[in-house]
Amino acid sequence: MTRIWTICRRELQATFGSVVAYILLAVFMLLSGYFFYSDLVFILLMASFTPVAGLWQWVFLDLRLVTLLIVPLVTMRLFAEEKKLGTIELLWTYPVRDIEIILGKFLAAVAFFLVMLLPNAILCALLFSYHPFDLGPLMSAYLGLILLGVSFIACGLFVSSTTENQVVSAMVTYGILVFFWFLTWNEEAANQAALRILLGLSLFDRFFNFTRGVIDIRDVVFFVLFISFFLFLTWQSLTARKWRGVP
Amino acid sequence: MIAVDGVSKSFGSFVAIEDLSFEVAAGEIVGLLGPNGAGKTTMMRILAGVFPPSRGTVHVAGYDVVKDPLRTRAAVGYFPERVSAYLDMTVSSYLRYVAKMKGFSGSAANSQAVSAMGACGIEAVANRIIGSLSKGFRQRVGIAQALTGEPSVLILDEPTSGLDPEQVADMRDLIRGLGEKRTVILSTHILPEVESTCDRVIILHRGRIVAVDTTGNLSRRIQRAGRIFVEIDAPVEDARQHLSQFAGVSSVESKPRSGDSAASFIVMTEQDRDVRAALASSIVQRGWGLVELRSVAFSLEEIFLTLTQDQEGS
Repeated sequence: MTRIWTICRRELQATFGSVVAYILLAVFMLLSGYFFYSDLVFILLMASFTPVAGLWQWVFLDLRLVTLLIVPLVTMRLFAEEKKLGTIELLWTYPVRDIEIILGKFLAAVAFFLVMLLPNAILCALLFSYHPFDLGPLMSAYLGLILLGVSFIACGLFVSSTTENQVVSAMVTYGILVFFWFLTWNEEAANQAALRILLGLSLFDRFFNFTRGVIDIRDVVFFVLFISFFLFLTWQSLTARKWRGVP
Repeated sequence: MIAVDGVSKSFGSFVAIEDLSFEVAAGEIVGLLGPNGAGKTTMMRILAGVFPPSRGTVHVAGYDVVKDPLRTRAAVGYFPERVSAYLDMTVSSYLRYVAKMKGFSGSAANSQAVSAMGACGIEAVANRIIGSLSKGFRQRVGIAQALTGEPSVLILDEPTSGLDPEQVADMRDLIRGLGEKRTVILSTHILPEVESTCDRVIILHRGRIVAVDTTGNLSRRIQRAGRIFVEIDAPVEDARQHLSQFAGVSSVESKPRSGDSAASFIVMTEQDRDVRAALASSIVQRGWGLVELRSVAFSLEEIFLTLTQDQEGS
């Protein structure tokens, strides 16, 4: 357990020791701030006298895109850099389990993601101080966004474990995540039975419910399964050295 | 301290090592010698716990590497062929991290890092970023990393590769010092390295053990015949005849001419006879010009060839 924390802390130090982290934080803050502002103005102009109803749906659907843009850039180095440097081989000679290595890196990325969401939470708090609103739908949307982001992280962590090239790592992660998004775009083309399965697998359709303030336990379970699945794949990817050797 | 029994490792259809068995006693410094691709690194990775063997059993410090991987790893310090460290960390923070990974916490981790730096003579660069260090220092950081946590066994994969001669000498001194209290296995493809640091040698060739012997015995086995290169300014046939009739010479082989008039030969001498001085003066006495005379060391490949032939012959 303490080794998970040791790895997580080193990972965070490496992240915040590099200028990349601050650029990613700044881009996320700017884009999410802009969306928050423009969505708020849009709702005020177009919709109703109650500024908050319907706002979260707009804001969080936009935040979903920014998260999709930034998270693969956060996860790309997690294993790819260790493979490139060769330090991964050393980790395998320390008395630490593969699963502890994976969880340490995973938790570091999750922590960074939560830090990334902070400025936006401040905006929400600011709005609340001027115009108190029902917190339930906002919490639901945040839960959805965190589950979505952590799912992206699990996927990116796995892809990072398969390559030593960070660009490849980010691009393939984009590929997989966008595929899960586009799965249900062409709804007319699929027959009804296939569509139900596709809808069930679409990360973004699952996320949609949370932004409407609906927490369905099936959606939560889906995200947890998605995350576990990719963590399991990461574990398999690390274990592959036993029959494939150390690259 | 280390017991390897019938170990094989294959990756897909590629067999990296096959049926290796050897033992290393506590406190020994043993060299794994072999050309590139002989299976040295694969064997060392198995000892260090990077991956398990495909067949056979390996015990390190009393633990089975397959059944008890974490305890084995705790007893082993590993220095990989590809020296690696987090380039963005300082030396001391990196070693503290390594100590924590090896199970030490707080002040214990700190004192581990300090003593490892002391043993490797890198206290002066403790607060430097690893990425800014020279190759020689990075190599020492790698050794310090292996030493952290006071493992009883050190596995060093080509610890002197890529260093300049002075750094190589320093590194060998360092390893000899470390070997006073620990069991050390080091790999190399350089023969003199083994001679200068190891008590015993295990020679690998194409994934198999070709010879296990003490360093002294091995030197005797492979150096039972000497080899001299001679270049003489004289008629080729006369010179050849003179050389082949010389006492202590077992065979003479002509080399293609390199200069305008000189004739060159490779002369093999009998065991334990240094005929160089006598040969030189005899050539001069004949009134010929002695252009060059030097002994030619056997390359590792040639040594493997003779050892493998020995094995097949016996």
